[in-house]
Amino acid sequence: MPENAAPLSEERIAYLEGLVSQARTAAAAFSQCTQEDVDRIVKPMVIAGLKQAQYLARLAVEETHIGVLEDKALKNMVATEFVYNYVKDKRTVGVIREYPERGLIELAEPIGVIFSLTPITNPTSTVLFKCIMAIKTRNAVIFSPHPSSWHCCSEAVRIMYETAVKHGAPEGVFTCLESHTLEDNAYLMHHKDVGLIDATGGPGAVKAAYSSGKPALGVGPGNTPVYLEKTADLDMAVVDIITSKTFDNGTICASEQTVVIDDEIYDRVLKKFADLGTHICNEKETAQLGRTVIDPATGFMQPMAVGQKAADIARFAGISVKPGTKLLIAPIKGVGREYPLSVEKLFPVLAVYRAKSADEALKVCVDVNRAGGLGHTAVVFSNNQEIIHRFGDVINAGRIIVNSPGSIGALGGVYNDMVPTFSFGCGTGGGNSTTDNINVYHYLNIKRMARRTPAHMWFRVPNQIYFNMNAVENLRNFPSRSTVIISNPPLEQIGHVDIVRRSLPPQTQVRVTIIPDAEPDIKIIAQGVEALNFYKADQIIALGGGSVIDAAKIMKLKYESPQADLEELAAPFLDIRKRVVQYPTEKVNHSRLIAISTTSGTGSEVTPFAVMTDKERGIKVTLADYSLTPDVAIVDPQFVMSMPKGLTVDTGIDCLTHALEAGVSIYASPYTDSNAVQAVRLVFKYLPEAYENPGDEEARTMMHNAACIAAIAFSNASVGVNHALAHSFGARFGVAHGRANALMLPHVIAYNAAVPTKFMPSPNQRAYVAHKKYAMMADLLGLGGHTVEEKVQKLIAATEQLLDRLGVPRSIAELGISKEDFERAMPELTKNAFDDPSWRSNPRMPLITELAELYWSAYRGRGTAKKEEPAVPKQQVKEELCV
Amino acid sequence: MTTTIAPVCFAIDGERVTQALQSVREKLDSGSGELILDFSAVHRIAPGALRALEALARVADENSFKIALRGVNVEIYKVLKLAQLAGRFSFLS
Repeated sequence: MPENAAPLSEERIAYLEGLVSQARTAAAAFSQCTQEDVDRIVKPMVIAGLKQAQYLARLAVEETHIGVLEDKALKNMVATEFVYNYVKDKRTVGVIREYPERGLIELAEPIGVIFSLTPITNPTSTVLFKCIMAIKTRNAVIFSPHPSSWHCCSEAVRIMYETAVKHGAPEGVFTCLESHTLEDNAYLMHHKDVGLIDATGGPGAVKAAYSSGKPALGVGPGNTPVYLEKTADLDMAVVDIITSKTFDNGTICASEQTVVIDDEIYDRVLKKFADLGTHICNEKETAQLGRTVIDPATGFMQPMAVGQKAADIARFAGISVKPGTKLLIAPIKGVGREYPLSVEKLFPVLAVYRAKSADEALKVCVDVNRAGGLGHTAVVFSNNQEIIHRFGDVINAGRIIVNSPGSIGALGGVYNDMVPTFSFGCGTGGGNSTTDNINVYHYLNIKRMARRTPAHMWFRVPNQIYFNMNAVENLRNFPSRSTVIISNPPLEQIGHVDIVRRSLPPQTQVRVTIIPDAEPDIKIIAQGVEALNFYKADQIIALGGGSVIDAAKIMKLKYESPQADLEELAAPFLDIRKRVVQYPTEKVNHSRLIAISTTSGTGSEVTPFAVMTDKERGIKVTLADYSLTPDVAIVDPQFVMSMPKGLTVDTGIDCLTHALEAGVSIYASPYTDSNAVQAVRLVFKYLPEAYENPGDEEARTMMHNAACIAAIAFSNASVGVNHALAHSFGARFGVAHGRANALMLPHVIAYNAAVPTKFMPSPNQRAYVAHKKYAMMADLLGLGGHTVEEKVQKLIAATEQLLDRLGVPRSIAELGISKEDFERAMPELTKNAFDDPSWRSNPRMPLITELAELYWSAYRGRGTAKKEEPAVPKQQVKEELCV
Repeated sequence: MTTTIAPVCFAIDGERVTQALQSVREKLDSGSGELILDFSAVHRIAPGALRALEALARVADENSFKIALRGVNVEIYKVLKLAQLAGRFSFLS
């Protein structure tokens, strides 16, 4: 209720409650109707409205003394026939739209009870329109017509109601307040059983509707600017404007209010108006008119002028006009309170403005638009497409009508293909929630049924991978004018660079760029790019471990696309397919990247990742994009035969971690599973051999292949929380990446195999399967066990035994890190681990407290992992490995 | 000694729901008891029937009758919810 409203009597409340109860019951019963039921009801309603169009128009004119009978009859016909033409084939019950390719279905849910205010200017047409919309959408309506149009509106409601009920609509579906006060309206607007207020009326009614706190459709006031530009078809423009502005004596709020005319055509245009029965006011008449039809106190139009004939308005203002004058034109020199006629005038008075340029014309149109017409309607007459687009850009209007009449154009369906309506949404500029032409869809709650749609998956690897002993000889197959080999000092010293050089086709120009044996920084990258540019390289060969290959990837990126902003490209992302930053596709140079790995761990020769250090800021920058993947990978074990034991272990465990994490990742697929599982098998079999007998060619070969295969798996399925923990821990305490992974590994397997505190959202997973996949790996390793839990425990035990055999410290404590130091570091460790993107593909979403628990578990060491509740206890493993 | 009064059961004709409910209402005696209305045959309910149900609920309240609806399908149940009548009855499957 409004604050100052008088209290309603008990009898009045009972009456209003009765209306709501009746409408509620009708809406409830109506909800059972099918699409066919409502369509069967709507058609005869439309026919009844058409038959009674003239009768209702006459009633409206007689009661309101506003507008033109013939035009009102036409409006009633548009409100029925044109609206029907739009809605007849629309589905408004049950499934209304389907998007099979997106797995989406839209279903209609009626609103229930709608409280509807109708205006004095378009009374019966608005009622007919709203009745058809309500029946089409299975809603009940309580109408509250403007008091000065109650009789014609209630008659329109009666005709619609009787026809609707006769054809199957529920009794009580429409009611009309017998008489009403603002208090009645306020009571109904606030009623809990009214689902929607549809307020077509003056600003007061609209404001009241929006202030009620109920969902509301409210139509804002208009003040339609028209730009009549010099390239326009002037004859058409003048006739259209007269047609529109005189239609029903200008009562449609979308009708033209101020026409801004280019200087070059101004006189010609006014003459054309005059020739067609328009009176052009002189300065004195304009002032007289302004004083008569605009309230000087409020600046708004006088109600007595609304919908009156031009001749009558001229008479009120003391202006002498020729008989049959249909429109008064008042030249104005600006917009605002000093120019009273620059506001909305719902009668046949049109302001005109002479503009010296297109810029000035557009500015005046903006001023008119913002003088009470924001969000409503605007009109442009022009054949200059640029002008039309500029007009559309600068004007804020829900309807921008081009080369056609404003009022009839905005109604839709006559001069254009807009949705037919008698209610114009005016957007936020007009205090409305929509700029749409209000239609059936605004009378529905649209439910969206969204089916699970697994995200598209991918499996991307380098075009060519050459493996086994002497695979480097395949370099002969890659002709090149200018090849740059990027490597590091130790590899040059032991002759590996020479092996590569000798393997290239004899005619190849070969240069060697030696970079430090450490994670590359931006300076090193820049020097490498300089060399590539100097030698105009068409082939880059990266010979080394992960650091060298990563450096070469970034050098290639900057060489081919110098504009690439590495910092921007390193921006975080959740899903590589939806990432904000896109890698450059325009290239100034083209080169082939061949990666030859000299360690058996990172698998950088096949991955789309590259890590570099920003020494100035003391941070690591990780780049990830499939465009970084080398074109060719050479996995030749001759380059790892001399790997030291420590490096063999660290890189080997890194490889195992890649495989285990890719295996249980939320992005795991049958494609990655096959690689992950094969890599796990190879590591368990050959890593101890390679460690204990470094010269064992088969073991070295298989471990080298395992690293590449695991990298193929994690390039496509990503890694998990083990890597996040290891990155943070390794950086904080200066522990090698592989070793850091090894310290966490058994604890992470136990963690992922347990019932998660939080599941990771993953449309590709049909169930939590990490524990089952670990169990499957245990089976493939022949570890035994009968239940999933037993098999997971066997896998953990086997991993621990492997780490023991490789001499990996059993705990973080064994590294000599004191408990106090570790405790002090814990906030930073967990924060950085949580910030690390690696865990985002982990099957279990880690809580920060859980990260801390995992660290402490690793601190205490192997065999002390917290025994967690198994995800599915005592279950036999029968499911497929791949999900 | 206690006496158990068996609930009175009425099957509602799906084609004549309003009349059936009005007829039940006329049969309600004063005093307490339990009434079961079998809605198994009701597949659609008109505003008149909703009003008849409301009237029945009112009379039941006045006479300390308890009314249970049996076999109400979910579509009719939703209509009763929309009409704010569901809370006035108990439901039996």
